[in-house]
Amino acid sequence: MIPGASYLAAGIFGCFLLVAAAGALLAVLSTRIIRSVTGLALCSIGLAGLYYFLHSPFLALMEILIYVGAVCVTIIFGVMLSEPDEPVPQEKRSRELVWGAAALLVSTALFLGVAHLSLTGAWPAPAASAADGSLRAIGVALLTTYSLPFELISLVLLVAILGALAIARGGRSKG
Amino acid sequence: MNPLPYDRPGVFLAMAAFLFAAGIYGLIRRRTLIGMLISGELIFSAASLNFMAVNRFTAPAPVTGQVFVLFVMGLAAAEVAIALSIIIAVYRNYRSIHSKELSELKG
Repeated sequence: MIPGASYLAAGIFGCFLLVAAAGALLAVLSTRIIRSVTGLALCSIGLAGLYYFLHSPFLALMEILIYVGAVCVTIIFGVMLSEPDEPVPQEKRSRELVWGAAALLVSTALFLGVAHLSLTGAWPAPAASAADGSLRAIGVALLTTYSLPFELISLVLLVAILGALAIARGGRSKG
Repeated sequence: MNPLPYDRPGVFLAMAAFLFAAGIYGLIRRRTLIGMLISGELIFSAASLNFMAVNRFTAPAPVTGQVFVLFVMGLAAAEVAIALSIIIAVYRNYRSIHSKELSELKG
């Protein structure tokens, strides 16, 4: 084992935390929607790193594949087909400030409360895992224990695709 | 002493709380439908991270959390497809997706 290996791992972990947090902030604070889609992609990459540190490289791969590769690209298609930039606020300045302060207050209280609970809570020591969380184990579980939800989610995805096509096509002839 | 203990659930849960709070802030502050959709995705991610952290550190079967997060991701993808097609239909009718102007129910 390399002497500074634990510090190196902690540094990489901190980098992933920073990337996820910065991506989330970019996603909610920027006024241009395309920048906030980029923030969502950045946040997903950071989250993929966190999943890797949770001993699940498969989920890290899936996070990048689904969120960056599918969700963000779909949202960018939606951005191209509509006109999504944040409008210039027409309300009075004081009302705007009150709403901003209220939103900030609510979200800060949520974050501080939950973070305090989770950082100071007495968590039990990590249990010795009975089975390994490898890709093979996931595949076996998907085809035996979770075969019904697995089939159901494929049905849900099929219905979602058909429904999306039907909704987006409807009303096209009206112009 | 490790400054960032990644072998304990606290940091992961705090990060999930941060993502959740950012998503709530975006849901309150955003004035367009796509911005709200992005904030909703952040909340989905927070829930997934929570599931993974709790499963990794307290539950004995490590497969369950990963399968659950896979299902959450699939549902999030389906939700994005439906929501974007609704947004496109709304934009076609109203020429706008700003939530303040979508105040009529009549089609």
